[in-house]
Amino acid sequence: MSLKAVEINNLSVKYNEQLVLKDINFSIEEKDFVAIIGPNGGGKSTLLKIILGILTPNTGDVKVFGKAPKKARDLMGYLPQNLKFDHDFPINVFETVLTGRYHGLFKGYTEKDDNAVLQALKDVEMDEFKDRQISKLSGGQMQRVFIARAIVREPKLLIMDEPMASIDPEMQHSFYKLMSRLKDNMAIVLVSHDVGAVSTHVDKIACLNQELFYHGPVENAANGLEEIYHCPIELISHGIPHRVLKDH
Amino acid sequence: MLEIFQYQFMQRALIAAVLVSVACGVVGSYVVIKRIVSLSGAISHAAFGGVGIGYFLGVNPVLAAIPFSIISAIAIGGVKQISNISEDTSIGILWSVGMAIGVIFINLTPGYAPDLFSYLFGSILTVNNTDLYIMFILDMIIIVTVYLFRREFLAVAFDEEFSKVVGLPALLVYMLLLALVALSVVVLIKVVGVILLIALFTIPAAISKQYTYNLKNLMILATILGIVLTTLGLILSYIFNLASGATIVMVLATAFAISYYLKG
Repeated sequence: MSLKAVEINNLSVKYNEQLVLKDINFSIEEKDFVAIIGPNGGGKSTLLKIILGILTPNTGDVKVFGKAPKKARDLMGYLPQNLKFDHDFPINVFETVLTGRYHGLFKGYTEKDDNAVLQALKDVEMDEFKDRQISKLSGGQMQRVFIARAIVREPKLLIMDEPMASIDPEMQHSFYKLMSRLKDNMAIVLVSHDVGAVSTHVDKIACLNQELFYHGPVENAANGLEEIYHCPIELISHGIPHRVLKDH
Repeated sequence: MLEIFQYQFMQRALIAAVLVSVACGVVGSYVVIKRIVSLSGAISHAAFGGVGIGYFLGVNPVLAAIPFSIISAIAIGGVKQISNISEDTSIGILWSVGMAIGVIFINLTPGYAPDLFSYLFGSILTVNNTDLYIMFILDMIIIVTVYLFRREFLAVAFDEEFSKVVGLPALLVYMLLLALVALSVVVLIKVVGVILLIALFTIPAAISKQYTYNLKNLMILATILGIVLTTLGLILSYIFNLASGATIVMVLATAFAISYYLKG
């Protein structure tokens, strides 16, 4: 039996006495492509940060490839939600992606790292921009650079926080094309507040609003969408159902 | 005009201008890109507490400011981690409490504090050899630390959260950066004083940032600019018999306005 990419048991998180996540039980298989959808403030980012080991849960158990999240960091790539950085921060595309190869204090980057950066930039079709200053890119290009930074470690689990928020609708198609190439090599989990944006591309959907409801394969959600989803109705009503579901 | 540099105090002032510009160019670049200018302002004002304690204990106030400003830098970075006091609030508190501690200790010190004013507003012409040695050693510590931790500082300045995900000890690195800010503050105290030094910290890097997108070049450019502008301020203050710290700040501000106008 292969290891699960993520395994979460009885996870609860309180923040300033407020319950943010309640009794979450959830797992992600290797090479799964999972979307977690839910309203803003529903705990999506918190859940990702717990998987990444940046936050520690109050109760419950989280394993990433059978290890504690902090020990599994080499196996994870992360695309944060809208980055706040100085508009003319002195860093170029290459240097940005290189930070994803960080090895530890006093350990420099090697030629192998340089090659990995170039490969990751090729994967996202941004290699010709490698010397460009980061803010001299369009939103979609910048997004690709940060995806490159996330995959440059050759992770087994790619975690993305609202990847659709900063790209144009036209870019979505190429984003999913990129994802379908990447998912041959890694499990992917993304969170989004917009079920419509998740589209037909993911394999599985879970809905998170403090509690998590796991729906499994997308097409299973066909019967009685509203009841199954347990989501606020406006969340699914603006995503057109036949865009979410395969033909049935 | 160059004959004014025949005086020994002028030569020392010139060396001081170079030494402060190194600290400002290197650490100031991080301060500007990481946007911790007001935090650095708090650290600089807090350093005055160390100066006051130095007077009280009868030790060199500049030396006494070193541990004091490092502790306040680390306190300000640490408070955010262990409590829900916002950084903004702790900046405001540390800013004035540091000054208050300095004033109280000077009060408690018998006699008159002759060069108190120079710690507040700077006095590059009264810099002595001991000051220069201290500044030189601190500059060396700063350069070596930045060289050793350049990857970490860049990653944390750019994206602190991501740097944690790749296993970088982000909090520790941030504290180290604040400690470097504290050391730079000490380098600058004698030249521009705790009240004015934030201008020297910020302006050379802010101007240089308009002309380069490479951090190393930014540091070099900011250092050179710092040397040129500080020296110019020094000469003008001598010619017009004005307070040196304030004159240097006005020269910096003018340069910033001109550069902004040319680029904008």
